[in-house]
Amino acid sequence: MNSESLHTIAAAERDRQTKFKDRIMCCTVAGCLSAGGAAVRAAIEHEVEAAGKTGEIEVRGTGCMGLCCRGPLVRSSASDTIYVELTPNDAPALVRGERGSLESRAMKPDHPFYAGQRRMILGNSGHADPERIEEYIARGGYRSLLRAVTELESEEIVAEVKESGLRGRGGAGYPSGLKWELVARNPSPIRYVVCNADEGDPGAFMNRSVLEGDPHRVLEGMAIAGRAVGAQQGYIYARGESPLAVERVKTAIDQARREGLLGGRVLDTNFHFQIDVRIGAGAYVCGEETALLKSIEGKRGQPVPRPPYPPESGLWGRPTLINNVETFANVPIILEHGGEWFASIGARSSPGTKVFALAGRTVRTGLIEVPIGTPLRTILFDLGGGVPEGYEFKAAQTGGPAGGCIPSQYLDLPMDYDSLNRIGAMMGSGGLIVMDTSSCMVDLARFFMEFCMDESCGKCIPCRAGTVQMHGILSRLTRGEAKEAEIALLEELSGLLKETSLCGLGLAAPNPVLSTLRHFRSEYEAHVREHRCPAGHCRMASAEVFA
Amino acid sequence: MREAIPQPSGDDREKLLERAMARHNYAGDSLIEILHTAQQLYGYLSPPLLKTVARRLKLPPSRVLGVATFYHLFRFTPPKPHSAAVCMGTACYAAGAPELIEAIEQCHPDPATWSIGAGRCLGSCGLAPVVVCDGRAMSRVTPSQLEARVRTTG
Repeated sequence: MNSESLHTIAAAERDRQTKFKDRIMCCTVAGCLSAGGAAVRAAIEHEVEAAGKTGEIEVRGTGCMGLCCRGPLVRSSASDTIYVELTPNDAPALVRGERGSLESRAMKPDHPFYAGQRRMILGNSGHADPERIEEYIARGGYRSLLRAVTELESEEIVAEVKESGLRGRGGAGYPSGLKWELVARNPSPIRYVVCNADEGDPGAFMNRSVLEGDPHRVLEGMAIAGRAVGAQQGYIYARGESPLAVERVKTAIDQARREGLLGGRVLDTNFHFQIDVRIGAGAYVCGEETALLKSIEGKRGQPVPRPPYPPESGLWGRPTLINNVETFANVPIILEHGGEWFASIGARSSPGTKVFALAGRTVRTGLIEVPIGTPLRTILFDLGGGVPEGYEFKAAQTGGPAGGCIPSQYLDLPMDYDSLNRIGAMMGSGGLIVMDTSSCMVDLARFFMEFCMDESCGKCIPCRAGTVQMHGILSRLTRGEAKEAEIALLEELSGLLKETSLCGLGLAAPNPVLSTLRHFRSEYEAHVREHRCPAGHCRMASAEVFA
Repeated sequence: MREAIPQPSGDDREKLLERAMARHNYAGDSLIEILHTAQQLYGYLSPPLLKTVARRLKLPPSRVLGVATFYHLFRFTPPKPHSAAVCMGTACYAAGAPELIEAIEQCHPDPATWSIGAGRCLGSCGLAPVVVCDGRAMSRVTPSQLEARVRTTG
């Protein structure tokens, strides 16, 4: 494979696609599949064959088109329309072009759900088949890698990433360029690139959707990173709970290897880069970088104290660049359009776009991608369609068990790393869950604390014992059995965990408590003083159930 | 000392496991991969199976057991014929997942044939609440639907 053959593949695939009058793209990502997407696709394929239109209409799978609450989704390329809530019975109408019965379920790109988005990471979703490398190449894929290995020096790539202002999408928002530079400057002869795809936050499915829907984008980003920092081996650490993502990534690696885009002599240069997949086995703490590296080494996923940070001493003691799936997915875009261009998108302090998994009490839920700094109100009310009738907005929860909540007075807050930190919430990896007034914030804090308690690895005492104590207090609060002094104790324990825990899990575990205490303290007090849950959610001890 | 893994005749699981270990050059750092393969083949990780893995990868049995018990996905008892896992992601929790668990418990499913529990977020939050019943995802489940499902399965 060289630059010429890359162009030939792209041109041939584009030619092939234009031969069809229509390409019907069926969502093949977990959300739509659990809504019956596979049967819909089979019915459409069957109908195309029955109508004798195999030469006119092509049926393909594609990545997440976003509106997961109304799946299964199918996109018709010819009319640039997305059809929602399809059943196998709709196949004849779709294939034979009599789409009148589908009008009420048709969405054009100017629909508010799509008009407010800027789909870069998800740009190929609805357009390309994740299981065919040709389709990725036809849409400009692997051109950035070609540039990285043939035209650019590694310092130039790092400089480009630094200029872009890209910040880590895993949640902490560390400037990616700085991390890359640290690894690139390390004199060690062996270095590694690791992709953190261990997305364990409840309510988060951004990374999984990117891996299932456009795996080559992540591979390309990793290979460019490998070239930039001088690594020859990369690992993707994926969740055992998402077998489809693992399968898609493995298929993509095989294809890329066959085309000479990974492996020895990438694109006929003397750059070698292998990527292997390591599968986690269900431990939330492995999302923490040092725990993840231990798990890749085949050990218990327990974190180790930092420093030394992975760029100095990571996998098997070697310098290691570890970034999130979405961070790597941004890299080909940055190299294609330049760091300066990328820096002009989104917020000044955090450029680019962010993928959010919007869930909970909004009319529309699913996967969205917006420029960073988009106000929460735009996301919830324009894209999400607002809160359904009969419900009232209470708070949005971001960042899962490590994050916080955003009450209604902050609806106009721009969603960027710094603004969210200022009000005690955090960007997190992108889970965004909308709560209505029937949700009890004390119970929500208890829910997240239970999660952290279960997932604490047990290595350091503050986290192992602290989460249990905090969960106990929160449980008593939700039963109306807690004393007033226990709220203060809760705050004290929160401080203790934040000061003394070893890794991010324990450090961030008190966040939901502190954030709900900050914005909804009166709810805590009502549980204690009046034995009453203002949201009407908690069953108090005086009720018969707990008598 | 090697304990035999009970297996029906014509069983090539041992061979498949051996092949998986060979593919990783019997490297100790492939332990988690090998445990995944072993569980896929045998359904769960029995003590003799763990000992075999330890011996072949030249790792202390304590290390193998330590790693296996650290991760949630590894099982040490045979899987039951039926299972229901209620998703406990935030969206499903807010949409009434705890009531679904109560609904199942009210059916008093036979503990010998049913494994019931809360599962980690499946990421199908747009379809909340979600229950995975015998490997198939049910979306927007109501307690009565779930009860009917559990009762008809037996």
